Amino acid sequence: MASSFTRLISGRNTAVLLASLGAGTMATGFLLSENSSLAAEAKKKLYPPSSDYPDLRKHNNCMASALTPAIYAKLRDKLTPNNWTLDQCIQTGVDNPGHPFIKTVGCVAGDEESYEVFADLFDPVIKDRHNGYDPRTMIHPTDLDSSKLTHGMFDENYVLSSRVRTGRSIRGLSLPPACSRAERREVERVVVTALAGLKGDLAGRYYSLGEMTEQEQQQLIDDHFLFDKPVSPLLTSAFMARDWPDARGIWHNNEKTFLIWVNEEDHTRVISMEKGGNMKRVFERFCRGLKQVEHLIQERGWEFMWNEHLGYILTCPSNLGTGLRAGVHVRLPKLSKDPRFSKILDNLRLQKRGTGGVDTAATGDTFDISNNDRLGKSEVELVQLVVDGVNYLIECEKRLEKGQDIKVPAPIPQFKK
Amino acid sequence: MGGETVCYKLRSQGFWLTGELQRRCWWFVSSSAGKIGIFVSTPDCSSSSHIRQQQGSAMPFGNTHNQLKMKFTPEQEYPDLSKHNNHMAKVLTPAMYERLRSKQTPSGFTLDDVIQTGVDNPGHPFIMTVGCVAGDEETYEVFKELLDPVIEDRHGGYKPTDKHKTDLNPDNLKGGDDLDPNYVLSSRVRTGRSIRGFCLPPHCSRGERRAVEKLSIEALASLSGDLKGKYYALKNMTDAEQQQLIDDHFLFDKPVSPLLLASGMARDWPDARGIWHNDNKTFLVWVNEEDHLRVISMQKGGNMKEVFNRFCTGLTKIESLFKDRGHAFMWNEHLGYVLTCPSNLGTGLRAGVHVKLPNMSKHAKFEEVLKRLRLQKRGTGGVDTAAVGGVFDISNADRLGFSEVELVQMVVDGIKLLIEMEKKLEKGQSIDDLMPCPEVKPSKHLNTSALAPLSLPLLPLFPLPSV
Repeated sequence: MASSFTRLISGRNTAVLLASLGAGTMATGFLLSENSSLAAEAKKKLYPPSSDYPDLRKHNNCMASALTPAIYAKLRDKLTPNNWTLDQCIQTGVDNPGHPFIKTVGCVAGDEESYEVFADLFDPVIKDRHNGYDPRTMIHPTDLDSSKLTHGMFDENYVLSSRVRTGRSIRGLSLPPACSRAERREVERVVVTALAGLKGDLAGRYYSLGEMTEQEQQQLIDDHFLFDKPVSPLLTSAFMARDWPDARGIWHNNEKTFLIWVNEEDHTRVISMEKGGNMKRVFERFCRGLKQVEHLIQERGWEFMWNEHLGYILTCPSNLGTGLRAGVHVRLPKLSKDPRFSKILDNLRLQKRGTGGVDTAATGDTFDISNNDRLGKSEVELVQLVVDGVNYLIECEKRLEKGQDIKVPAPIPQFKK
Repeated sequence: MGGETVCYKLRSQGFWLTGELQRRCWWFVSSSAGKIGIFVSTPDCSSSSHIRQQQGSAMPFGNTHNQLKMKFTPEQEYPDLSKHNNHMAKVLTPAMYERLRSKQTPSGFTLDDVIQTGVDNPGHPFIMTVGCVAGDEETYEVFKELLDPVIEDRHGGYKPTDKHKTDLNPDNLKGGDDLDPNYVLSSRVRTGRSIRGFCLPPHCSRGERRAVEKLSIEALASLSGDLKGKYYALKNMTDAEQQQLIDDHFLFDKPVSPLLLASGMARDWPDARGIWHNDNKTFLVWVNEEDHLRVISMQKGGNMKEVFNRFCTGLTKIESLFKDRGHAFMWNEHLGYVLTCPSNLGTGLRAGVHVKLPNMSKHAKFEEVLKRLRLQKRGTGGVDTAAVGGVFDISNADRLGFSEVELVQMVVDGIKLLIEMEKKLEKGQSIDDLMPCPEVKPSKHLNTSALAPLSLPLLPLFPLPSV
């Protein structure tokens, strides 16, 4: 219906828009043109932060708990140096209300500065997720000296495999939610170039997701190394799956005990693993490999994102600090049926997952047992905690086998304040 | 100057620093042993909007860091489209990407925003998707260089200089009230409308989306007579209401198609989304699904004329109700009604029926007949579904370059022919003498409605030998 009215305002540079939004709001007229600061100001008046504040009434995640209208109003128009906004940080939490029993985080960082520019949101989220850790006042210890680990050899009648993983971000490049294709390719280039410098038992090869052959793909699947395009709405709502599979890939050493994912949920995910119960060796290789990779990128003028309050900076606030998950696949047929099992795990600061990883169920009596915490304790402390805890669980299992009783251990204290 | 001071170390590469320097307000640079430490003072919150406006983006959501990508070369940013089969991938070249990547619409929508869905969804060897979306009305102007060839490719050769005719006068439709109800189970006409001045679903902020919803509720509340109805907000409806809407086949769900998700249309679901329908359940409006508004007129049986009547009356009424409140629909004489997906430009109209064609659908020439009639088939679940029990959703294939009346006429005439063919096949007779003539590109760029029926050589005036 091309009336004269619509033809008049169809010209882009002379559009005059009258907006009346009904009872309770004011009518605003403004000139819409590309360079008019009047337009931006008027648009801000038309859409004050209160009009953009998300509806979080049905939500259960850390972001929804922390984001008040006042904080939103304060932060909405701020930008990080990479022009990342609050709305982009919280989009995943708005789109995924969460589960009454599982509290997800609900926000991500687009770059290192997100944690600073949007501190009014991220600080309470970090406190909520990391047992009261206060980034303003507390210092996070980093310790990758694997020689300090004791009793790191498990009874292999129970422990089937041992694994330590973490993530690392390359300083100066945006994180997966925000990165452009060129930035993502730069991450891939930096990491792959560095990894090519690894030698000895760490020497290995890179497989680009977009270019691998069918055989390579099948081999990686059989080795349980291959990662797929994320399907979880938690990740896709955070813009992490854009341009898939461009600049994504998997590197592993020839012995298949040291593995790096490039540009999946973080710039890099670093995994050390092997069958059996030699967590000491797994952790030793983990620390050595990480240090060598760090050295190799530093030679070229790059470094990892890190600071003394938040430790290693990663995309999801839940992975700040060490980003470390050390775990085992362990058989606990009797203990897992004991009603005290959950309490024992809680007190040991351990969590259980199915052997398919997060959000999977256990098959049979084999569990993935790993540390709960990431921030506020060092890498050595966390792995030691897992070692001691798993040894304790195995002790309990053995006692139950002999018909003896077990004790729930005292809860392990939080980080030193 | 006040505000926060951020200190971080950068790789000391000259071109990188220059790119950064162009964006900052104040710089102090000091150097130490091989690295450059940069102290940045950023203004405090009250003038940060000034910075945002300088970058040309007034909306919270979007590719606000587009200018940062300029520090990388176009080659470094160019997407890998080697495995892609969609209109965007066919048209986009590295040279075009270089010319367009620094641009953005007044609301901050960028080239990468336009193409993200096409990059993320390589497509299918047999089905050609569009692969790009608009974030606002100006997208079609600012990114003409990309979108014009996409439009031309998608809409049968529609040129950038062509004019699109809008005709919503139902009296111009001939017949259509007598499609055989033994075959035609239901009739439906749908289109979309966008409200000028608001960003489209891929790009709008929550505030804008809510404003669109609020305006729509007010306008629709003024409808009367057989158009009087009620609005159901997706996030507020009761279980009973939801079940009723499902039973009526009215409820739309959060998109799951990656084509839609990758474009950002499902953000903040179900905020400001809803369904309005009249008490008779024959006129339905979806708010903030894939477009601002999707308007649907439907009823059981084969009286397409009545469906189209109500469609035009309702649309015209809604348009005037919006105008009363100072808002027009996005429209121009080249692209007709402007919608999110380039495939829906022009009329945005899909007129269709659910029709039983068990024999015809098994005939070897079924596809060919549909093609010549400028019709397409879908399963009865809608796009991307399969037909069940020989019942097909048959609708017009075109959207742009033909008026609404012309498109519905095509459907009416085409369905009549298909039913005749079905009846013949039932009796074991041949349909060769009923075959429509081969598809000829109609001269659809004439402005006068009087010429329109003559310019479409779709149906034979007399039986032709089979080809």
